[in-house]
Amino acid sequence: MGADLNKQKKVSEEVKITARGVNVFYGETHAIKDVDVDIRNHTVTAFIGPSGCGKSTFLRCLNRMNDTIDICRVTGEILMDDKDIYAPDVDPVQLRAKVGMVFQKPNPFPKSIYDNVAYGPKIHGLAQNKDDLDHIVERSLKRAALWKEVKDRLHEPGTGLSGGQQQRLCIARAIATAPEVLLMDEPCSALDPIATAQIEELIDELRKKYSVVIVTHSMQQAARVSQETSFFHLGVLVESGKTQKIFTAPEDERTQNYITGRIG
Amino acid sequence: MNSISTLMPLFVLALAGLFYVAGRARARNIAAGDFAALHSRPEQHGMLALLWVLLAGLSSYLVILIFGNWLITSSLLSEISSANPDLSGIEAQLVLSDAKAIAMDTVASRQGDLRSAIAARYTLLSTVLVWTMVLVPVALGIATGLRQMQNITLEWRARNRSETILRGFLFACAAIAVLTTIGIVLSLVFETFSFFNKIGWRVDKYLFGTNWSPLAGVTEGKMDPERVGAVPLFAGTLLITAIAMTVAVPIGLLAAVFLSDFASARVRAWAKPMLEILAGIPTVVYGFFAAITVAPALRGFGESIGLSVASESALAAGIVMGIMIIPFISSLSDDVINAVPQSLRDGSYGLGATKAETIRQVVLPAALPGIVSAVLLGVSRAVGETMIVVMAAGQGANLSLNPLDAVTTVTVQIVMLITGDTEASTAAGPAFTLGFTLFCVTLVLNIIALRTVRKYRELYD
Ligand SMILES: Nc1ncnc2c1ncn2[C@@H]1O[C@H](COP(=O)(O)OP(=O)(O)OP(=O)(O)O)[C@@H](O)[C@H]1O
Ligand SMILES: [Mg+2]
Repeated sequence: MGADLNKQKKVSEEVKITARGVNVFYGETHAIKDVDVDIRNHTVTAFIGPSGCGKSTFLRCLNRMNDTIDICRVTGEILMDDKDIYAPDVDPVQLRAKVGMVFQKPNPFPKSIYDNVAYGPKIHGLAQNKDDLDHIVERSLKRAALWKEVKDRLHEPGTGLSGGQQQRLCIARAIATAPEVLLMDEPCSALDPIATAQIEELIDELRKKYSVVIVTHSMQQAARVSQETSFFHLGVLVESGKTQKIFTAPEDERTQNYITGRIG
Repeated sequence: MNSISTLMPLFVLALAGLFYVAGRARARNIAAGDFAALHSRPEQHGMLALLWVLLAGLSSYLVILIFGNWLITSSLLSEISSANPDLSGIEAQLVLSDAKAIAMDTVASRQGDLRSAIAARYTLLSTVLVWTMVLVPVALGIATGLRQMQNITLEWRARNRSETILRGFLFACAAIAVLTTIGIVLSLVFETFSFFNKIGWRVDKYLFGTNWSPLAGVTEGKMDPERVGAVPLFAGTLLITAIAMTVAVPIGLLAAVFLSDFASARVRAWAKPMLEILAGIPTVVYGFFAAITVAPALRGFGESIGLSVASESALAAGIVMGIMIIPFISSLSDDVINAVPQSLRDGSYGLGATKAETIRQVVLPAALPGIVSAVLLGVSRAVGETMIVVMAAGQGANLSLNPLDAVTTVTVQIVMLITGDTEASTAAGPAFTLGFTLFCVTLVLNIIALRTVRKYRELYD
């Protein structure tokens, strides 16, 4: 019993988010079935799996974005820093300030590029003055590998950028609020290899301070950037563990088939 | 006899149906089982024949209907004047109408030889006309139908041809709408010009004068430019519109925000139709509501706090008009707010923004152009609204910006001019001119509104 407690303590020092027995329903659809996952500090966790298996759905549970969908119901337990994020006294607004998100589809606000990035810092009061804010915007855009392309048109609408540029703008917007956990849903799906490499570099850099969860359809990308990998299939978590192990010696046949390209 | 000619369009329709069947059968025959060899399907061959028969039959019917009566009238009139050259034009008309009355066995003002002779001629001619109206369309219809039958071959492009005819028909419908509008505008412009002519082209007096009693200074078809100053009416319209929008915009907009972002699906399901019912209440009802309930209530309230409120006041009319406009603003704004994609809201929530921040900083700015155009449409409703102001705002053209006074509006004055005792030709001038002014204002507002809506669409498409 004592040893057990000790072990739990030790785990939670490095585990940022613990999910236990999570089920998600969209009305009658059972989208996530009894999933247990640990997200560790200073770690990049990759979610992989065939389309429609529930990666985005599970990701959205981690910052309670599913609250905005009327028909969506989440059961089970998700702890962040040992506190239940679905407890009644938790304010989802505060939670989302700590757990940032980059959406699967780029969704820049119909505002200027500058205002898109400054949006989060402004509402959370992260900047003391205009210079501060300018600095945050520039730094975020640089880290998202977009600065060079937009530095002369910061006051043009963000919706006027190309798809890939919009995707990087949304990444810049998310990191500008300095979240503790960053959830990225296919952040490189519209990017060329160079921009992809830059974003992967960013993810690696973010890992020094935060934890990152990335959903990706690219096995190579999962192998390159992540230390932990979780494989989802039809709403079930089939296998999770060290990336190295998942990709070299998967235990489950379905994982094996997926990473070698036989299903999904 | 006459009933046959009124039923003619139905005969033509039946004939066309017949040729549809015939055309289809002939096309099938020609194809001899190999329908793929036909350029157009058999039904399309039938359709082309049908359209042509309809076109030939109905257009000849209409032409005979319109010109036949005109021909009869003018030939009888010329007969009357050649028989009796002393008659003036109006007397000849009288003789003709008596003759028609005799021919139809109703009461004529006078009898006489000439009248009886003309009556006999009239009976004859109208019989001929009825027969022409029956036979010519049928003959023409059959001829065109047969011609179409002969055209049917494997390569005959029946589909393209009937599409051309249908396109022409659609174009004609659109043209009718456009031409009517142009006609109305032209008549407004024409009357406005003649009114300006009557005041010696002192347009400045109309636009900037402050004394409105246009019918008081009429002499020999001229009007007194000193009495056609429309500023009190413009001011009254402006005042009431301003009051109405002060009521309608905040309430309508906040209601829209509530409906789209706060209300549960259940509340929304009954609240939105309720608001739309508000839009369906006839304005007369709002009018007497304003005059009988709101105005006295305001007056009583004003007295109790020591303010003198006129029994008909701009405030009463404005408030009720505002209530009338709420559903326009809320319903249109609700639509544009709903059209803001959920992904934008998600983006904002995902950055840790509250609902209020999201609505104020993301949703409303994104929906702003649509909201502006909803407001502008509301304004043009308010400017053109008549019933409420007729009943509740007053008639005297006094220049005042005090909402507690009785004021009058452009629309009220138009109603008074047209329904007053002054003969229509005199009253029409100022009334049409006011109408034209209103038209220009609402046109500009609507153009701006449509422009902003279009800009807004470009943002997401
Ligand atoms: N808003 C929703 N309403 C109803 N069902 C939904 C909704 N969002 C997702 N689903 C369902 O949940 C399941 C999982 O969807 P999810 O978007 O999580 O898949 P995914 O793994 O992210 O797929 P992809 O790789 O294509 O993005 C799907 O069957 C989907 O139909
Ligand atoms: Mg997804």
